[in-house]
Amino acid sequence: MALLEVQNLGISFGGLRAVDDFHLQVEKGQLYGLIGPNGAGKTTVFNLLTGVYKPGEGIIKLDGEDITGRSNIEINRAGIARTFQNIRLFKDQSVLDNVKIGLHNRFHYSTFEGIFRLPRYRKIEKEMDERAMELLEVFELEKEKDYLASNLPYGKQRKLEIARALATDPKLLLLDEPAAGMNPNETHELMDTIRFIREKFHMTILLIEHDMKLVSGICEELTVLNFGSILCEGETDKVLQDPEVIKAYLGE
Amino acid sequence: MKKIKLSRQSRSDLITYGIILLLSLVLFFVGQSSYQLKGLLVPVCAQIILAVSLNLTVGILGELSLGHAGFMCIGTFVGASFSIYMEQFIHIPALRFFLALLVGALSAGIMGFLIGLPVLRLKGDYLAIVTLAFGEIIKNLINMVYLGYDGNGLHFSMNDTASLGLAEDGVVIIKGPQGVTGTPADSNFGIGVLLVLLTVFIVLNLVHSRDGRAIMAIRDNEIAAESVGIHITKYKLMAFTISAALAGLAGSFYAHNYNNIKASTNNFGYNMSIMILVFVVLGGIGSIRGSVIAATVLYMLPEILRFMSQYRMLVYAIVLIVMMLFTWSPKAQAWKAVQLARCKKKLQPLTDKFRKKSSDELKKEGE
Repeated sequence: MALLEVQNLGISFGGLRAVDDFHLQVEKGQLYGLIGPNGAGKTTVFNLLTGVYKPGEGIIKLDGEDITGRSNIEINRAGIARTFQNIRLFKDQSVLDNVKIGLHNRFHYSTFEGIFRLPRYRKIEKEMDERAMELLEVFELEKEKDYLASNLPYGKQRKLEIARALATDPKLLLLDEPAAGMNPNETHELMDTIRFIREKFHMTILLIEHDMKLVSGICEELTVLNFGSILCEGETDKVLQDPEVIKAYLGE
Repeated sequence: MKKIKLSRQSRSDLITYGIILLLSLVLFFVGQSSYQLKGLLVPVCAQIILAVSLNLTVGILGELSLGHAGFMCIGTFVGASFSIYMEQFIHIPALRFFLALLVGALSAGIMGFLIGLPVLRLKGDYLAIVTLAFGEIIKNLINMVYLGYDGNGLHFSMNDTASLGLAEDGVVIIKGPQGVTGTPADSNFGIGVLLVLLTVFIVLNLVHSRDGRAIMAIRDNEIAAESVGIHITKYKLMAFTISAALAGLAGSFYAHNYNNIKASTNNFGYNMSIMILVFVVLGGIGSIRGSVIAATVLYMLPEILRFMSQYRMLVYAIVLIVMMLFTWSPKAQAWKAVQLARCKKKLQPLTDKFRKKSSDELKKEGE
């Protein structure tokens, strides 16, 4: 059974059909790419998957569980975490606290215990610190843990956002243009990081990307969107050689 | 590494508590100089609590609220009524006062929750306007309340004293626009300082806890906060309710300083709410320490400057402007950073010595 199964997904904004008859099947442990020209509806698909928008029609199943129409908080708890195209960090908080906020629903103590610093508060805060530091070490951010998130260089902000998403312990990780604004070196490093995440956390990853080198380098399968509907899908090499896809990207 | 981070956080908190103790010592001696100044000692504590609690909404949650005086008003009247009514049952003043503070805080907290439920859907200016309105509504409603008691228990009316239908031995507690009369004078400066410390303790510890991080995550980026599964409404309400409850605590404490207190525009009007906001903004939004200092200085100043007679408000205005520049101008911030670094450099030999000493001691213990 596929981890993520999407059938007949669609949404309209007024008269605009943003996504139409979209389907997708991502197997456990797969690295799946979603590509397409600007305005094709890729981020809209992400917003539908994560519950930011309610789908007009269609079914979304995560690990066999129907999550269609649930709120983004419930969907996060069900196991989908995401990053954003324009980075959305908690800017005025430290790098460590950003990850600890990601751990919010994994560790619990009451407000009362927090205010009066009861033993449980100390114990669980310690566990949270340890877990957060583990994640920061994966992304080589442990030296910057006390920095404000907004003071990190761009590439590290991207990494921190991924670390925060992973902190919610998801089954499926959605990356929205992770390489946007990166130079070739940083992109290369990012590819290694993404591969590493998949190995280490046995993570299933669905990503949107424009950088073809990254897409062809790490994605096993692709779906190409154009004007809200699927143009082509299948194995990466075949899809990228498809004349329709080349036409959509480069024109005739 | 982790220990350093923890100790830095608690060191900053310790400095805040230290500043509060120092300020209260200064206030105590200032209070000895004249009768008028002594009379301000209890209200100034209430003002500090109000400023710190409003900072929880404005600085930590990041939402503008202009109705803070309304919550204080609830605390004042509920706390005072409780004390007057309970005087016949509870004969230990300390216990009665403690319960009155608790009841005042609880009632304001419940009101904050009820108002916050619909109102916190709004943002920014809209929220500010609605909270302003609720503050005024609370004040005006309390102006219509008549409350009294006799052998049969409590009597309540919205019309006048006569319609309370009290027996001959009955006592009127709240008399509409004439306010509440006969509150026992339980408040004093010492309790005030304790309550300020308690308030700062609650707010600082909340900020450093799981809930506090969630609240600040909402302030920094609501969409991202939702994407990691943080319940926006829950944490907004939590911050707003705690903020209101602390304002109620301040109100109840304030009430027990006066025999008679009215829900007048001076006491609980929107000017008061804005005054508290001025403390918060000039002290630095989000800075608890700043709120404490700003509330103290700005509340005491008009009285301290009384010897300047007609130039008093002029100097007050200048202090306001200087404070604003000092807190917010980039140049002043850079200057502060440089001064702080210089201070640290000067203290470096001292701290080194201290560190060496303690590490030596550790070594000795190890041996």
